[in-house]
Amino acid sequence: MDPDEKLCAETWVKSSSGHESLNTDSNNRPFTDFDRHHPKWEESPFNGCGVRTLGQQFSGFEGSFASDVDSQRQKKDLHGKQIPEAHESGYMQNWDPSAMLNNLLFLEKKIHQLQDLVQLVVGRRGQAMNQADEILVQQQQLITADLTSIIVQLISTAGSLLPSLKNSESLASQLGQFGGIATQLAGVTDNVVPNKMEDRHDPTGVSEDHDGFKRDANLRMHMRGHGDEYKTPAALAKPHKESSSDPIFIKRYSCPYVGCKRNKDHKKFQPLKTILCVKNHYKRTHCDKNYTCSRCHTKKFSVIADLKTHEKHCGRDKWLCSCGTTFSRKDKLFGHIALFQGHTPAIPHEGAGAWPSDQGQSRSEATNKVEQLDFNSCQGLMEVERSGDDPSNYFSPLGFDTSSLAGFQEFPRPLFEDAESSFSFFLSGSGDYSPKNGRYAAPNDLE
Amino acid sequence: MQRLQLLNNPMESLSEEIISTILDYLDSASSKSFSATSKSFHSLESRHRKTLKLLHPDSLPAALRRYRHIRRLDFTNCPSADDGVISAAAEAYSATLRSVDLSRSRLFTHAALSLLAAKCGGLVELDLSNATELRDAAAAAVAEARNLEKLWMGRCRLVSDIGIGCIAVGCKKLKLLSLKWCVRITDLGVGLLANKCTLLRALDLSYLPITDKGLSPVLQLKNLKELALVGCPGIDDDSLKHLKQASKSLEVLDVSYCSNVSCNGLASLINDTDSLHHLNIAYCFSVTSDLSKCFYKLSELQTIKLDGCHISLALMKSIADCCSSLKELSFFKCSGVGDEGLSCIARKHRLAEEAGHHMENCSMVSKEAFVFIGTRCQSLEDADFTETEINDEGLETISRCSKLKNLKLGLCLNVTDRGLSYVGSRCQNLTHLDLYRCMEITDIGISAIANGCPLLEMIDMAYCDKIGDTSLTALARCIHLKTLEIRGCSCLSSLGLSAVSMGCRQLAVLDIKKCYITDDGLISLAQNSQSLKQINISYCPVTDVGLVALASIRRLQNLTVLNVMQLTVDGLVAAILGCRGLMKLKLDTMYKSRIPEAFLSEIEGRGCNIQWRNKAVLRSQSAYKPQ
Repeated sequence: MDPDEKLCAETWVKSSSGHESLNTDSNNRPFTDFDRHHPKWEESPFNGCGVRTLGQQFSGFEGSFASDVDSQRQKKDLHGKQIPEAHESGYMQNWDPSAMLNNLLFLEKKIHQLQDLVQLVVGRRGQAMNQADEILVQQQQLITADLTSIIVQLISTAGSLLPSLKNSESLASQLGQFGGIATQLAGVTDNVVPNKMEDRHDPTGVSEDHDGFKRDANLRMHMRGHGDEYKTPAALAKPHKESSSDPIFIKRYSCPYVGCKRNKDHKKFQPLKTILCVKNHYKRTHCDKNYTCSRCHTKKFSVIADLKTHEKHCGRDKWLCSCGTTFSRKDKLFGHIALFQGHTPAIPHEGAGAWPSDQGQSRSEATNKVEQLDFNSCQGLMEVERSGDDPSNYFSPLGFDTSSLAGFQEFPRPLFEDAESSFSFFLSGSGDYSPKNGRYAAPNDLE
Repeated sequence: MQRLQLLNNPMESLSEEIISTILDYLDSASSKSFSATSKSFHSLESRHRKTLKLLHPDSLPAALRRYRHIRRLDFTNCPSADDGVISAAAEAYSATLRSVDLSRSRLFTHAALSLLAAKCGGLVELDLSNATELRDAAAAAVAEARNLEKLWMGRCRLVSDIGIGCIAVGCKKLKLLSLKWCVRITDLGVGLLANKCTLLRALDLSYLPITDKGLSPVLQLKNLKELALVGCPGIDDDSLKHLKQASKSLEVLDVSYCSNVSCNGLASLINDTDSLHHLNIAYCFSVTSDLSKCFYKLSELQTIKLDGCHISLALMKSIADCCSSLKELSFFKCSGVGDEGLSCIARKHRLAEEAGHHMENCSMVSKEAFVFIGTRCQSLEDADFTETEINDEGLETISRCSKLKNLKLGLCLNVTDRGLSYVGSRCQNLTHLDLYRCMEITDIGISAIANGCPLLEMIDMAYCDKIGDTSLTALARCIHLKTLEIRGCSCLSSLGLSAVSMGCRQLAVLDIKKCYITDDGLISLAQNSQSLKQINISYCPVTDVGLVALASIRRLQNLTVLNVMQLTVDGLVAAILGCRGLMKLKLDTMYKSRIPEAFLSEIEGRGCNIQWRNKAVLRSQSAYKPQ
């Protein structure tokens, strides 16, 4: 055996053993621990390629040199994939069948593991008849998570094996299938695979090059350094449509309200992008609008940020349609009139257009004050909402964190803006506002 | 008595329809005398009359009693018409009224308009030009007139997008709309208008601050035939490229004074518009010879106005070659117009039915060119040779164009009596003649014109200081004369003016500044020229007597009294008080402090606009003028 091959095999064994230990553990691990895979998992490519900087991992000069050669060969494999026919003969000489064999063996082992897991699942499903639903669901989640992790590892290992572009394409399609399964699973359970996973897994599939690139363009820029053949316009051009079949775990969220367009069962399902979107969408569309504008007393909102946005321009909507709708911008009014038959612009009465500035200011201060006081109760309200709709299905722990963070982000601005005047106003204006806003502001706080 | 009855009988045997058809062919003076013939004729005429042109608000009740079928109300001679007058008329003619002209009235408000719109459901035409005080409320009132088809809103400066939006939504049947100088209307209003009023055929957007955004929906209008975009700096070549997408119906386009329109935009426009008949690209400074290629496409073109552009010979030639149906060509102040180009045009358009040539300030045109025009363009109707080298020989050939109606010879110093006598002997259809500062003209030339051109309506003889009273006596024969400018003709006296005032009963505009005309002349004017609308008596040796007499002319709207030394404040006040219809008054600043404030505000409340002029300023201005 050549020193290259030996080393290569060693690295593979090293990485695979690392995975093995993890995988065996992971069967019984809690769901959240899954994240721990990633650091180790990502180490494996660096073992091969990152030696130039991390030479201490290899004791002697020979070893480092050998690893260099190894990495170069691996890179050349990658080159062969990108320009398959023209340079095939040249690269085929460097391609080592014995190393390939080792890798295949590793894959075989992995596939066996996978089989075992599936058998385990089948066995558990048999038992599941007697168990409570909740436990079954939990176990299912665990199994799917483990399955996903094994599949991903398989893919990454297999990716470094493949010598030609065609294979990588077929691999990519396979990966796409797996990805599809993964997202499907996430959709079925209405639950969230931890976010870190999709972040760490780079979508360009550059793990073959043992360098991570967040963007496809960055990879191409990087590849220029590998030779003149990567400087041709064709090589630098954006690869078309391949990205769609990449194993990108784009997570999308579904609204829990059945029949809603944002619900996954809807025919024209339009998924929501983040958990915050889910929260705001649910509040806006399926909850009562509890926040009334203290200025116009007509507009109602269920998201407090919307109320604040409205209050910024409430009363300043000077563009009025005959139907009673107000607009802050003239072009919006004219668009509205152009759209609807029979609507005409209404002539504003002189002087009635805008609020007196000082009054408006004081009022906005008042509402800010109320919101500050209101903050705790508002949070409580959110919690109540959750327990009512069984939110554990819709909001992951992570999602909860972001939502509460967003809750914090909503409030501090007025706090700082009106820091000086808020107190003095609080005394004078609280009397006016306690009855109006009593619904969501605790009277004790105001008096 | 029996014979008189016999004479009346044939008329009485005619049915009322036939008589009213006959009355349709009579002009206003004839129908007036018709109604004065007998009681039955009087009532016939009252029933027949469709148009009412009010002279004074006081006469309205009588007119309302007499005429029952008025379709058109014209308030142009009655500028002091206010809300009360208009609403009374609207109440009386609610069933028949179709058209209202308020273009010279300033005293009405949106209340009158909303009453008008509410009562007269059949209102089709409305002229609100110069209503500078009207706001969006008035526009909203107009919008209630659902059947409105023609609306003029020129210089309604306070009407904004909101107002025009109301009109766009309310008046769906609008076919003609003029928004000239409505400077508060922007893209949004114009866009909505195009969106809602799809029947629009003529649209005037001159001097509006509009851009591509507003123009492109306008160009989508299917029926648009006339579009005026005079002086729109926001319109550029790109806008004209939009024009080609949807301008199949466009026939008249006016893009004069659009400083951002260049040759390229015009070329792209011309390439796709084959229906264009009238094109005005005056004072678009960047028009160059490239345009000449485009004219091949425009065989239908009848009018081209190229005023103020630099024109190359190639352009002239291509115009001459391509535009076979050309009727009017205008070269005002065009720098590149030369003999050769003109001869091209003249040769080609020999057979054109009527061709107008405007060539003011074309310095390169020589005397021979006019001979050419005269011999080739026999059907010339409209010729403007202001400030050119034209001489008597040129005029002789020009006078062969027997259809000539409008001749402008201002500042043509080579023209003498001989040339004018040619014109007088041949051009019988002449209606407008401009002889401003033709210094060589004497009584002989004017008499020839007065004898040969009986249809003359306007003559400008300002600063022709060789003419005397004989000319005016001769001009008294032109009974259609409406405008007479004899400013600075120092040989004229009251005698000549009296003769004119007795002969020319339709005289409406008179400028006798710096003439030696005394009270006698003004008194005879007051007695005879009841149609007088506008007069300038600055620098005339008149006194209070003449001015007060002048004030008895009821139609007088525009009076300029500057530097009249013998005038007293009392006389001036009395004259102004007597002149009820006065709308515009120019006075010396020295009177401002002497006339009581209350009186001035009273006069301005009537709708009269007083402009104060300082003598010193005037003198420094007049220093520029050659004497």
